[in-house]
Amino acid sequence: MSIPTPTPEADCQQALQQRVQTAYAQRQPQPLCIIGGDSKAFYGREAVGEPLHAGAHCGVLDYDPSELVITARAGTRMHAVQQLLAAEQQMLGFEPPRFSATTTVGGAVAAGLSGPRRPYAGAVRDFVLGVKIINGKGEVMRFGGQVMKNVAGFDIARLMVGAMGTLGVLLEVSLRVMPQPQAETTCRFAHRQPQQAIALFNQLAARPLPLSAAAWSDGTTRLRWSGNQAAVRNAVQSIGGEEESDAAGRAFWRQLRDHDLPFFGGEQPLLRYAVRAGTEVEVEVEPRKTNANADTNANAAQLLDWGGAQRWLRGAINLDELRKIAAAHGGHVTHFRHGDRQGEVFQSLSAPLHALHRRLKRAFDPAGILNPSRLYADL
Amino acid sequence: MARRLRKFLPRDAVIAQPEALRVYECDGLSAYRQLPKLVILPRTVAQVQQVMRVCNELRVPVVSRGAGTGLSGGALPHADGIVLSLANMNALLQIDAVHRTARVQPGIRNLAVSEAVKHLGLFYAPDPSSQIACTIGGNVAENAGGVHCLKYGLTVHNILSLTIVTIDGELLTLGGGLDAPGYDLLALLIGSEGMLGVVVEVTLKLLPLPQSVQVLLAAFDTVEKAADSVAALIADGIIAAGLEMMDNPAIRAAEDFTQAGYPRAAAALLLCELDGIPQQVAAEVAVARRIFQQHGAVEIRVARDEHERARFWSGRKNAFPAVGRITPDYYCIDGTIPRKAVGAVLRQIARWSDEYGLPVANVFHAGDGNLHPLILYDANQPGALQKTEQLGGEILRLCLAVGGTITGEHGVGVEKVGEMCVQFNDHERAQMHAVREAFDPKRLLNPGKAIPTLARCAEYNAMHVHRGATRFAEIERL
Repeated sequence: MSIPTPTPEADCQQALQQRVQTAYAQRQPQPLCIIGGDSKAFYGREAVGEPLHAGAHCGVLDYDPSELVITARAGTRMHAVQQLLAAEQQMLGFEPPRFSATTTVGGAVAAGLSGPRRPYAGAVRDFVLGVKIINGKGEVMRFGGQVMKNVAGFDIARLMVGAMGTLGVLLEVSLRVMPQPQAETTCRFAHRQPQQAIALFNQLAARPLPLSAAAWSDGTTRLRWSGNQAAVRNAVQSIGGEEESDAAGRAFWRQLRDHDLPFFGGEQPLLRYAVRAGTEVEVEVEPRKTNANADTNANAAQLLDWGGAQRWLRGAINLDELRKIAAAHGGHVTHFRHGDRQGEVFQSLSAPLHALHRRLKRAFDPAGILNPSRLYADL
Repeated sequence: MARRLRKFLPRDAVIAQPEALRVYECDGLSAYRQLPKLVILPRTVAQVQQVMRVCNELRVPVVSRGAGTGLSGGALPHADGIVLSLANMNALLQIDAVHRTARVQPGIRNLAVSEAVKHLGLFYAPDPSSQIACTIGGNVAENAGGVHCLKYGLTVHNILSLTIVTIDGELLTLGGGLDAPGYDLLALLIGSEGMLGVVVEVTLKLLPLPQSVQVLLAAFDTVEKAADSVAALIADGIIAAGLEMMDNPAIRAAEDFTQAGYPRAAAALLLCELDGIPQQVAAEVAVARRIFQQHGAVEIRVARDEHERARFWSGRKNAFPAVGRITPDYYCIDGTIPRKAVGAVLRQIARWSDEYGLPVANVFHAGDGNLHPLILYDANQPGALQKTEQLGGEILRLCLAVGGTITGEHGVGVEKVGEMCVQFNDHERAQMHAVREAFDPKRLLNPGKAIPTLARCAEYNAMHVHRGATRFAEIERL
């Protein structure tokens, strides 16, 4: 077993706990805005409150490759964790986006965002085994643990995923890890229309193939095959398409994961439309008018990821109309980046479900000091 | 109460006669028994909503129940409450082959789902050993596992959405698709042991049936060698579909019962199932064989055909009844430990087994660290059950001491409420109660289960904790 690369270490639990306790004890409770690596400040509703810098609380606490689990303080940089895992030919199965080099483990869990591998390997919440948090009263608590099978008590660890820090300040996270595939190959298909891509995705869906990503952008469908050499070769041969070089394939999926493709550039609102993968493309989006010499991708108005289950949209779109369409298909729309951050950026919940969210928020954070209104205006 | 319910329920949906109630007095943990006031068997979602409204209004406790196969007393009735049996709501509502999903009612049997979608080349992955009888609703309540969890996950990884009825009769849909807006209430509900709502509809994720399945059987002369080879296999990047370990008492009992061909003298036996794409499986079988050899396996066999594969598994799958045959009673424990602790934990269990004079056979989901020690005892001997429960408690606290948990897949129920006081501190348990009250302010859903009160823990700790942290000084902390 190789010696892990040392990662920066700092235990700031006490300081963080004191900050929350003090904020809670004020006559006029003081809202706190939790900041990890500050790589997703754009996400969610506009942040309010005094900054609480949780990114300083960092360091890998436990990692034994044969246990398939890593435990790290929430402020540990994601790239440090991924380097450590890569040295043992392991990885995080949910392929977390790194919108900047400072992205932290805690931020990834709090935002609950997963990359291109998500439909095939699982989402952040599928890999979270345990957390240590500070609730809104300043109490330090652990839920879940470091083992895969654990049904003791309510699954509060997974409840933290995607809660945007509104239920607790994450201190530590235990994540299940996966072996890296031996081989990976990306194949491309010229598909002018997204409907062609969806037809291919649907055709592949029910077959036992080593698919690990499927996307369509700018007239090209890309499939990524992951597994051992023989299995990947077999898939390439039976499904076809034009093989990309390793470097080009890797670059594309990384850029898609981290929103570095030209499609994601510029200041126009970026919408995330989550829907059942096979849903027909019904959304008419006007292509953006941009400089004629810009990258061809910049004119694209739609990009499909997750085999069609995650669709990124840009351009002049009526958000309310789109949310109605999404709801009719059992999907939802997130106003992901840019544009108005003071309105609701996440799709609204039914009245009883929203009321339940408010009661849960109060159960963790009775004074409403943890990232208030980051998720919904009144949470 | 019965009069109120009979206004909107058919005659046969309300059971009140004591002899008929007897059927519901316990679940798979039969050491605990209690008659409920009534058993209600609704057939529609609307009926469930109406029943809940009445119970909420009259403050009547509600214990939901599927097939009653649970092993922790989660479905044990409440003396002043009703049992809400979902057994009659057992329809398969819809199969979507393109999206690989099945929409089902909670009373459908686990195995019935896989059988219904087999012709499409699909299956539902979680396979608890009771899968022939247990229901999907019960699986959701317990976050049921099985022998294939390492690769395919638990129930929480295989459910896309739930429709629940809350205590005030409201209908909520949680989850949907690959994600949903708001908090992950889907994850919170799964494994909540019937304390947050009543599940009335479930959308399951289906998987393509693997094209190729291979099983290796490897025998070792020490438990440590078997455990080390499991760690080496995983470190090598192989995620087996099933990775099961049995110790010598379990091997002998299983072999005597099923003639599976297990080497009776082996100290430990591993069953390693590899599945997937044929080329990948073939390569992994070769690696597994090499690793078992390197770790000193005294015997390695690869099943030559489907028949032999079934034979290899028959011993493991019948391990519980096999043990049941050699003892008047047995008590099944369900802790999870980090894999690296298995040798130390099994050695300690063997020492206690001698100390208590109670034989223990160990069956172990080695891939995910889920240990099932079976304590052999005779309930007719005065004090034997009590002594067995004491030993079980010691084992669970040991699981915690090495960094594990008191329950991997059977749930807390009534059985492990005491050990919850060790696993979680006052703040953590208070937080769980606060979560519960966000759903059920009157605490009517499955009261007395899963999350102990402060008073209950004070009582438990008075009995146990003075021995607490230093109890296992001889065990290396891992």
